[in-house]
Parts: sequence; C-alpha cells; structure tokens
Amino acid sequence: MKEAVRRAHPFMPNSVDSIKQGLLQELGIDSVEALFEQIPSSHRAAGTFNFPPALSAEVELNRHISSLLAKNQSCESHLSFLGGGCWQHYVPAVCQEIMSRSEFLTPVWGTPSSDHGRNQVWFEFNSQLGELIAADMVGMPVYSWGCATGHAIRMASRLTGRHKVLLPRILDPERRAVIANYCEPEEMPSHIAMIDIASDPATGGLDLADLRKHLDESVAAVYLETPNYLGVIETQAEEIAAMARAAGAETIVGVDPISLGILKAPGDYGADIIVGTTQPMGVPMSCGGGLGGFIASRDEPRYAHEYPTLMLSIADTAREGEVGFSMALMHQSSYGSREDGKDWTGNSTYLHAIAGAVYLSLLGPEGLRELGELIIQRAHYAAQRLNGIDGLSVPLQQNFFKEFVVNFDGVGKSVAEINAALLERGIFGGIDLTETFPELGKSALYCVTELHSQADIDHLANTLQEVCS
Amino acid sequence: MSKPVKLRRFQAPIWDEPVIMEMGVPGRRGAHFPAAEDAVAEAVGGAGALVPSAMARPERPALPELSEPDILRHYLHLSQETLGMMGISLFGTCTMKYNPRVNERLAARPEMAQLHPNQDPSTLQGLLEGVHNFDLMLRELSGMDQFVFQAAGGADAAYTHTCITRAYHAARGELKQRDQIITSIQSHPCSPATANTAGFEVITLPLDEKGYPSLEALKAAVSDRTAALMINNPDDMGLYNPEIKEWVRIVHEAGGLCFYDHANFNGVMTKIRAAELGFDACMFMLHKTFGVPKGGGGPAVGAYGCSAKLAPYLPGPLVTLDNGRYALTDPGPHSIGKVREYYGNLQQVMKAYAWTRAMGLEGLSEAADISVLLNNYMEKELLKIRGVTRSHPDIDGWRLEMTRYSLEQLYEETGVTVADVQNRMVDFGIDAFWMAHEPWLVPHPFTPEAGEMWSLEDIDYWIAVLRQVSDEAYSNPQLVQTAPHNQAVQKVKVEPLEEPDHWAMTWRAWKRKRSAA
Repeated sequence: MKEAVRRAHPFMPNSVDSIKQGLLQELGIDSVEALFEQIPSSHRAAGTFNFPPALSAEVELNRHISSLLAKNQSCESHLSFLGGGCWQHYVPAVCQEIMSRSEFLTPVWGTPSSDHGRNQVWFEFNSQLGELIAADMVGMPVYSWGCATGHAIRMASRLTGRHKVLLPRILDPERRAVIANYCEPEEMPSHIAMIDIASDPATGGLDLADLRKHLDESVAAVYLETPNYLGVIETQAEEIAAMARAAGAETIVGVDPISLGILKAPGDYGADIIVGTTQPMGVPMSCGGGLGGFIASRDEPRYAHEYPTLMLSIADTAREGEVGFSMALMHQSSYGSREDGKDWTGNSTYLHAIAGAVYLSLLGPEGLRELGELIIQRAHYAAQRLNGIDGLSVPLQQNFFKEFVVNFDGVGKSVAEINAALLERGIFGGIDLTETFPELGKSALYCVTELHSQADIDHLANTLQEVCS
Repeated sequence: MSKPVKLRRFQAPIWDEPVIMEMGVPGRRGAHFPAAEDAVAEAVGGAGALVPSAMARPERPALPELSEPDILRHYLHLSQETLGMMGISLFGTCTMKYNPRVNERLAARPEMAQLHPNQDPSTLQGLLEGVHNFDLMLRELSGMDQFVFQAAGGADAAYTHTCITRAYHAARGELKQRDQIITSIQSHPCSPATANTAGFEVITLPLDEKGYPSLEALKAAVSDRTAALMINNPDDMGLYNPEIKEWVRIVHEAGGLCFYDHANFNGVMTKIRAAELGFDACMFMLHKTFGVPKGGGGPAVGAYGCSAKLAPYLPGPLVTLDNGRYALTDPGPHSIGKVREYYGNLQQVMKAYAWTRAMGLEGLSEAADISVLLNNYMEKELLKIRGVTRSHPDIDGWRLEMTRYSLEQLYEETGVTVADVQNRMVDFGIDAFWMAHEPWLVPHPFTPEAGEMWSLEDIDYWIAVLRQVSDEAYSNPQLVQTAPHNQAVQKVKVEPLEEPDHWAMTWRAWKRKRSAA
C-alpha cells in the first residue's frame, strides 16, 4: 500500500502543518486536543464513523455528482405538464447571472452601508411586487406560499381575536398540510379552526351560498386564491371580500404574480392581506427547492405591527439627498423579542428575491402582459385539444389561466396508468387528482406555460389519443 | 506570529445607482415573448376574450421599462455596492464557509434545476440517491436514525421539532397537560419563538456564573407540564455545558423530549454525537456548517434528525431505499404532515452532500480543529486590544469555535459604540461582525467566528483592523462615530423607521409619503 502524503485541503488555507504548529506554539500547547478540555471525555463520540472516502479532487467530485444527476430525467429532457405548486417557467439568463454573483450568493448580513446594493435589490423586488399586486406594504419573503398563508391566517387571528378561518375546499394538498401546522391542533390555546368552503362545480369558483352559511362574527379570515389550485380565476373575488368585510373578517388573497400582467391586482378588489409564490419569477423549480412566498398588505400600522417577516424600508442617509435601506420594526420579530415576537423568522428565500427583482424589471408591464396573454391562449388551446379526444373531457373550459382539469372517466385506464404510458413516451402528464379530489373522478391537473409551443401541445394531444384509445 | 499587517486602502464602489422604479423610458423593453401561434390564436381567439371581464387588469402595472443591457448593468452595479464577503466576514453563529463553485455549476444543470417535485420517483433516482446518502452521513455524525430536509431553514427545523413535540404528546394523550418548552437565555431566538408559535408556554433559564444555566434551575423548571427542552451546546460564547447529559436525563425522566440545536456544530464536528448525549432529535444547518451558500438569507436547509422513537412523527415524505430503488415514503398516520411544501431545498442538500464528500471525515475533523485553534488564537490577540474584554472573564480555559467579547470598556472610555466600530470596520473591507442575539447579556457585544475558510493572514488582518479602530476611538472618536466613510452610502438614518409616516417598504409607499411630507 502506498504511503499517502498529507496535502493541505483546497477549501482550508490553514490546513498547512507549519501554520497549525505555529498556532499551537502561540497558544503554548502541544496538541489541539487541549482546546477541547471543556467537553468531558464521556461526551466524546464513541466508535468510528462510517463515511465514504473524501473526494477532495474537484475532477472526481464533479464526476461523482454529475453521474448521480445523470440518473434523473428532467422537464428539459422530457415534455412536462406538471404544475400545482411549482411551475416550469422560462428563467432569463440575466436572472441566473445576477443571482450567481458572489456578492449576492455567499454572504449573510452586513451593515446598511456595506450591503447597500443587496438591500436595494430586495427593496426593488418588494417595490415591483407591490405594483403588481397593488399593495403598499410588502414584507421580506418567506419560505413558500403555504408558509405565507399560514402566517397571514395567524396575523388575521391576532388582528380580530378570532380563531376560525374559511378556506377553499379546492386547495393544493401540500399547501393545506402546511397551513394546518400553522393553525395548531385543537389542544393548543391558539388553535385556529379550518373550515372548508365548497366550490361551485359550474364555475369552479367559491360557492357563495356555502360561504354565506359559514361566514359570521367568529371568522378571522376568508382565504381565497385566484387562480386557484385547479387553475380557475375567481370571478367573484370582490364580492367575497365585501362579504368578509361585512362580517369583520380579514380577506386574504393568494395569487400567482405571473398572472397579474393580465389579471386584476388583489389590492384593487378588496384584499386585506395578499400572499403568494415567488418561484415563477425567475427561479428554477429544483424539485421544489425554488419555492418562496410573500406577505403584503395595505400600509396601515394595524397590519404592519402583525408581520412576522423582516421589513425592509427605504430611508435617508447622513448625506443630503442620498437614500439607503434598513430593517424597520425589528423589535416585533423573533430576533427582537424571542417568544414575544410575531411567530418567527429566520433564513428564508432572500436570494430568490434577487432573481425576482431582475425578472420583473426585464419583463416590465408589457412583457408581463405578453407573457400572460401567451400563457392563457396556449392553455386554452391545450384544453380544447384535449377535450376533443375520445374519452377525455375538460369540465371547465373557461375562466382559467395556466392550469385546468382533464377528466379521464371515459377511458378504461387510471390516471396513474395513463401517466405511466406518457412517461414511456417522454411526457410527464398532469398531477393525478384521483385520490386528492375524488369528487372529480379520474382527473389530472395539466399546466401549460410559455415553454409549451403549439407543437408540444399537439404532441401531447396525439400521444394521449394513442395511450387512451 | 505572522508578518506585520498593512491596512488596505479600501474604497467601496459608489455608483449612486437610482432605484429601478425611477429608471427607464416608456416603450423600452427588456424581454419579449412570442405571439401565440396562428393556429392557437385561431382556435381560442384573443387573450382579452379569455380573461373574465370582472378580473381583467384595467391598467398596466407601474413597473419600470428598461432594456436588457440597462438591467444587467444596474444589477451589476448593485452587486458591486455590496461588500458581500468580498472582504472578510467573521459573522459569528453563522459559520461563514467557502461555497465551492463546482456545486453551483452542478445544481444549475437541468437534471437538478429543471426537476418538478411531482415527477415520478423513477425519474428522480439520482437526486434521491444523493439525498439518501447524505442522510446516512448525517446519521453517522449525529447518531440519529433518520433525517428529513423539508425545513427551509434552521428556524423551520426548530418549528418542525415543536410540531413533532405536539404530535408525540398528543399520541400519548398528554398534549394538554404538557404545555411548556424549556430553553436557555443563550439559545437562538427561534427556539422560544417557534415554541410559542406552536402554542407552548416558554420557560427561559438564566445563566449562572459558570456561563450556562444551573442544574438546580433546570430541576426547578421541569415538571409534568414539560413537553420538551430546546437547547444549543456549545452556546454562542464558546462555552460547552458539561452537565448536558444530566440535563437530558432529567428532562427525559419528567417525560419531555430533548432537541439539540446544532447551530454551533463547526467546532465539534466528529467530536460529539447528539444521540450519544441522549438527545431525541437534532438539527444541522446545511447553509452554515455544510458549505451551502447563504444567499443573504436562504434558500436554506434545516436538516432535522431524530431517533427511531420520533421517526413516525416526521414530516413526509421520507427518502428511503427499497430493494435497490429510492422511494418517497409516507412516514405514516402519526406524521405531522408538512412544515413546507414538497421535500425541501434539495438543490441545497445536493450541494451539502457534495461539500461533505469533498471534505471527507478527516476534513471535517480538521475543520473543527482549525476553527477552535483559530478562535483561541484570535482571542489571545483581541484581548490585547484596548477596550476589548471577553464575556464571563472569570471563566478560565479555552473557548470552542467562538468567543463573545464586549466593547463596554471602549464605550465607557470613548463614547464609541459597538455599532460605530462595526460601521468603521467596513471602511477597511471587513464585513459586519455579529454582535449578539437579543437580549444582550454583555454590553456592546461582538462575536467573531473564525471558522476554517479564512487564512491566518485574513485573521491577522481582521485583528489589525479592530486594533486600528480602537486606536481611532481613543484618538479621534468622531471619526468612528461618523463612519462609514468609504462605503457605497453613508450611515442610514434608522430612527424614523419605527414611525408609520416614515417607514416605506415599497417605492409606492415612499412616493406617497414623500409627496405628503
């Protein structure tokens, strides 16, 4: 066996024997072990660690990780119609370029002066998002849409002193599971009851009669989404918000901001608190690792004082005419007040806000309009094409944005079998709704974006025709 | 021990970069999208007819209109106006790490970036293999039986623990009774904050003269109402609680769970295992200890590991290996469900896996050694600087990977605050140091963490800058109090930001308030 020569590790500049020896001498000790004197020997790790060998050579590491990743099939190698809570949109190259700048990628916190540029980008993201959703107050991003909704419901509960939230029955099961944890189980003192509101099968929107039945002065908030989990644009949003207001409840609206180049801004139809996703705005899906969420509202102290997020404000500096940025209202965060703060905050998805700032400025008002128009046209084209296939139907053929439900009740195969057949043909079919929404029968949620050309949609239709016949 | 240090003539770029909301010209474009294909438009008509009129946007959003090169240069300017670890960042408790760029390149590949979480697991085998292998490595490091990566940060992992605590006691019918979580005043704020959010009452133990809470204080706090203990060790002052095994025994005896916040793992990697100390669960921050970029605050990962006893309560799905195939497996009916949608920031988990493979077991051990060695070297040098003392000066002995210092003496003798010193150090290209979490137990605290990524030359430079600023504080305090002088902008006036008429979290709010003023 050959003698291994100890080499300094490439990530550690002090991994050099002479440096370590010099440091030990400075401290007047013989061995680094002396420095661990605080840890009793009975606390020290017993036995050995079963670890794979180090891959300190980048050429080897690169090969190892690449070979792992090569076992995956992606939405680039395949034609994907998956959406639901994570969507495949085009990520402009400039987003990637800026997001990978070391100054943004690697650090944590600086001072308002030394991190001025980064803080400005964050402010520009919040400001552009504020224009898109029509809200004057936007908090720093949170982990996801589901987490944003959970926090917003808790804000509403604190604002109203009530412990009940009305949510759409049609809700992403992933998001619902997250919200459930924020609402706490019944045993806990601040448990918030989650009440489902049915949807109107004819329109796909909320069933207002069912809403009216449950809406009273015990309700902290009405939560609605548009487009909702099944892609439907809620046409009665203004009326729902008015009903909630009349009952003294907050209206929380969840949105996909990428739809707002063509859809009305929630701040303009009565939303009190607005939540949603940041992922479609310049962030790749990364198997769900691209998720991010936001919380926004009108700029009123009553809302401002309930935010759990960090709040970045523009401000004057000591130099006349110069502006900078700093955190406001820190005392109400968990950093400022521990358990007396509002919920909690911590590391979030702030790098995604940088991608989002670049994305929104690249698109601008006209780019967002073009994008929205393209998506809604192609999605409707896809719905038409699939609805024309024997055994398939698209129950709701209007008032949707980029997602729609396809029903396979007329096909003698399950959605799982159909998706398996599609996969063999290089297509990721829509999310199977059979178990999560049994009332929809054998159904799947299909998502169409700007990445799907007419040819892609035709290819999907032809392939479905083949596998469903 | 090293050569004399020459201070750099640092000057941050000043671009006077306008806020993007005031840039651009109507009609300028930064991105085009194609029109729908003719056949598509023919089949469905114009987009206008597809949008229900009640929900059609009447006016375009007031977003800036710029061209692509304008935008690229604007954001490059802003990146240059960010010190962002271009200098030296010893931000204590956050463990500043080298983030290998090969991992960024790999994570950007479509086989990672263009994966959808609802893809069939058969199409995610390489990713799941990497995640599972990393789970196995963390099990080795902690002694835990299962890890899950759903939590999108350290605080989210603490929250995961509070949710699991609820489920565990609920399954025993004891949740109503067990309504208290115990922590220490030196724990990260996320421990008490997540416990409170989950609905628990928080008991915070003070420190005694040894630098950690006494066993008596713990015994007095523990009862049949105890749901869990949430604790870090060592703490942010570099002090290790040698009675921690007894702590765990006492809490277990009372029927509570014990959660180990491993935020300060860097100095004890490969030295101790949470499970061997008796803990039921622990948390590693992959964006701190395990080489994943911090991104200025995420996307992050709080890797939550637990014993077999708690595994049924984990959020799901779990990545498992069944007959040679990797699967996404439901933890079962006791699972707490989800703390965040899907599986976690898996691109970051893959980076952590790659970093840990590059380091290897010996590399981790060496990194722990270096971080503790350098911290104690720094301590020796920093305590020579006028006005600098360390927390708990009466506690002799070596600290672990961090030491907490105080500038109380400097403040009393010069009027210069710890924030002034921080603002002056950035003038020399030094990123802000960490002061301390609230509440401050020592006045004017600061907490540098040397870690393993900075060279001895860097550490000597950092020390030299603090020495320089101390000299300035004694000779010309106003110079320090009006700092920074070499940064992108001058000191921000933060006092008005607590006032509703002054805070402005968006440009539209700022415009409105400025025109009203």
